[in-house]
Amino acid sequence: MQFFKEWEGFEPGNWSNDEVDVRDFIQKNFTLYEGDDSFLEGPTKATEKLWEQIMDLTKKEREAGGVLKADTIVPSTLISHKAGYLNKELETIVGIQTDEPFKRSLQPFGGIKMAESALKMYGYEIDPKTKEIFTKYRKTHNDGVYDAYTPEMLLARKSHILTGLPDTYGRGRIIGDYRRVALYGVDYLIQQKEFDKSLLAGAMDPEKIRDREELSEQIRALKNLKVMAAEYGFDISRPAGTAKEAIQWLYFAYLGAIKEQNGAAMSIGRTSTFLDIYIERDMQKGILTEKQAQEYIDHFIMKLRIVKFMRVKEYNELFSGDPTWVTESIGGVGIDGRPLVTKTSFRVLHTLINLGPAPEPNLTVLWSKQLPKSFKRFCAKISIETSAIQYESDDLMRPDMGDDYTIACCVSSMRVGKDMQFFGARANLAKCLLYAINGGKDEIHLDKATGKPLQVSPQFEGIQGEDALKYEEVIAKYEQMMEWLAELYVNTLNVIHYMHDKYSYEALEMALHDTEVRRFFATGIAGLSCATDSLSAIKYAKVYPIRNEHGIVVDFKTVGDYPKYGNNDDRVDDIAVWLVKTFMNKIRKHKPYRNSIASMSVLTITSNVVYGKNTGNTPDGRRMGEPLAPGANPMHGRDSHGAVASLESVAKLPFAYAKDGISNTFSVTKGSLGK
Amino acid sequence: MDGKIHSFESFGTVDGPGVRFVIFMQGCKLRCLYCHNPDTWEIAHVENYPAEKIYTPQQVAKDALRYRNYWGSRGGVTVTGGEPLLQIDFILELFRLLKAKNVHCAVDTCGFTFIKENAESLSKHKKLLDLTDLFLLDIKHIDDEECKKLTGQSNQHTLNFAQFLSENKKEMWIRYVLVPGYTDGEMYLQQTRNFIDNLKTVTKIEVLPYHTMGVVKYQSLNLSYPLKGVQAPSVESVKMAKEILGVDRFDARNKKVL
Repeated sequence: MQFFKEWEGFEPGNWSNDEVDVRDFIQKNFTLYEGDDSFLEGPTKATEKLWEQIMDLTKKEREAGGVLKADTIVPSTLISHKAGYLNKELETIVGIQTDEPFKRSLQPFGGIKMAESALKMYGYEIDPKTKEIFTKYRKTHNDGVYDAYTPEMLLARKSHILTGLPDTYGRGRIIGDYRRVALYGVDYLIQQKEFDKSLLAGAMDPEKIRDREELSEQIRALKNLKVMAAEYGFDISRPAGTAKEAIQWLYFAYLGAIKEQNGAAMSIGRTSTFLDIYIERDMQKGILTEKQAQEYIDHFIMKLRIVKFMRVKEYNELFSGDPTWVTESIGGVGIDGRPLVTKTSFRVLHTLINLGPAPEPNLTVLWSKQLPKSFKRFCAKISIETSAIQYESDDLMRPDMGDDYTIACCVSSMRVGKDMQFFGARANLAKCLLYAINGGKDEIHLDKATGKPLQVSPQFEGIQGEDALKYEEVIAKYEQMMEWLAELYVNTLNVIHYMHDKYSYEALEMALHDTEVRRFFATGIAGLSCATDSLSAIKYAKVYPIRNEHGIVVDFKTVGDYPKYGNNDDRVDDIAVWLVKTFMNKIRKHKPYRNSIASMSVLTITSNVVYGKNTGNTPDGRRMGEPLAPGANPMHGRDSHGAVASLESVAKLPFAYAKDGISNTFSVTKGSLGK
Repeated sequence: MDGKIHSFESFGTVDGPGVRFVIFMQGCKLRCLYCHNPDTWEIAHVENYPAEKIYTPQQVAKDALRYRNYWGSRGGVTVTGGEPLLQIDFILELFRLLKAKNVHCAVDTCGFTFIKENAESLSKHKKLLDLTDLFLLDIKHIDDEECKKLTGQSNQHTLNFAQFLSENKKEMWIRYVLVPGYTDGEMYLQQTRNFIDNLKTVTKIEVLPYHTMGVVKYQSLNLSYPLKGVQAPSVESVKMAKEILGVDRFDARNKKVL
């Protein structure tokens, strides 16, 4: 393979020896930085002016009711729109989703109905021709799913025992290795994919046919990416030759992804230490100053802050805001023990000062005990000033994921360009417990036809009588109900992801993955602490069922006290551990789509509010409609032994059974951290 | 020997250095008007105290040690209350267990149980000193009459205990609750300063501004709130108190040590 002239000054390695290997490039070339933050520069005039413009547009957007402009005609693709700018003279990194800043793109491939109603909610009417095309002539992901859903799946969806399923919107959570475009240039990546495709010869079975078709889609996407960049005046067929080009190429790749997909989480990856190699090289050549480097990073981050999608208001309600989850993973430690901290790790975090704090991009520090002290101190300082950094344990994830993984959304870890995941939303375990008690009849919904309680699971004998609930009996029934739910859940996700691949394939993002990709089947659970405390109440106190006129248990009378999850008390924490293990084991019994590897998360961050709305009174005393706790959090106000005891309870949950992530939302006031 | 315990805090950050496991002991004979933990006052008989709140020293030590990872090099365990030394036998045993594991142990007290004329009291407190790394000593009021008005008890025990700590070379932090109209007078502050300056082992002075967060507890205990209408001290008044007491000289020194 040729050593591109753009690579001069880089240490060669496997990465330059006819292999796409960005990790190797980083390991061979990055410069560990152990100094402090005194080298950092403030914003330039151009940065300040551009940011003012964005703040102004943001204000106008808010005044307009949440959306400033929306495309109602042209479906978004890589090449659907002409170039757009904030201010062409001042921007050092260019490219926006449509031809105007803050104009939201139309993304109908996930589902035309969703696209149409999202527009309608903000006062826009979809173009009738576009609507006609996507109803009469072009099937969407959503149509596909509903063609294949079973009646049982529809019921589980309606009753919300399964909630947030990506069947009407883009599944997201897939992160292309956008660095590849900068390092190799698009032409080389096309060549590689062409080669991979040539290997898929011989007898044509359905898998091979699909793989060939997908590779062709990927190659087409890469070609279109070049066209998109050319529209802005750049030739990205070759590798990036400077730091500025590297940031631009990488951003173009990401921009292509968000033009093609409006996934629930469109994270960017682990880019800062990669980019630092280019910045270091330019500085050594004397063609780049710190001021300029910071300006490029500021402008890059600015672009990530204005990523926007057209979404229905319920979606925003589910996620409490308008999140895009543009997660950037920073820091971490290499498997050889060298921290992956560079000056650009500092520069990226410093944007929170230069541009002010913001929730996006979701800057995530991969924390390790072994990070340099000065970097830890800097993170703490920025956290204190901005409250805008997310931290995750690199020490916990590195043994599994190596040192070139990244975070999708908030906690899902994947090796960049090597893993992808099928996002699976959540099964509500608190509601499942109520189903166990009520024989699969919903505690809230009635069957419209008969006026009787809605039977969601197959007919099943619930708990009979008025006596206090017996722990063993409830557990036995709960296990059976989870058995049913796990199977239904896996099957439902199989339908969803089959159709997503078929009708809304992430061609560009997958083009920036290895062709042989590892796939995760990311299930999730909600209501863990509610179900745990409910079981603890049944075990340690007396819980009497209260039935309505249909015989459905709609409330509970609890006599006596019981240990509550969140106090580092094994008597109840063991129940939470048991629940996580049990449900995951039941998921593992079933065959997930495309030979993916089943994983599970315990991580609702905000949607716990909506899950709670659809869950009746629970034995722990939580009232119908009240929120479940987020993620693996204890129920609100029940942890009475202080923060560390609460964290210890959460820390008992076995990561091996919840590898897609466990979240514990935790806020502290300044005063409670000491004097 | 069993301890009557009010509650635990696994993430204590304000009662001694670093992150600490804090044990709130039940019972107190003072009735400080500003007390924000009136629920720890009652000195219940063991038979009348909820069984699940009675612990052996072994149980508490075991419980505390589960949090060791969080303590770093400075943190540890603090006993507070209530007046923890009302259960000094329990604490002696607890600290004996903790010191065996090299845990930093602190006591937050006003020295109420210290009677220097009483040989038994003296010997117990001497033992306690051997097991304790740091005392957080609350000086309620420097003037004995005012102290009785404020707490219902004389300040003699406290002042004697301070001397005792100083003579025995035991490190202490002085805590001083600043209550407008009661403890914020310049004269009293100056007298307190003079008293502290005669102690040899003070390494820190903490001025704790009175706050009204205890009001809710009084309501739930059906007690009338004694300091109705008293506001938290102003920023200026806190600053003045700190100046008179000479808080800064210690803070600067502590920073150097860190």
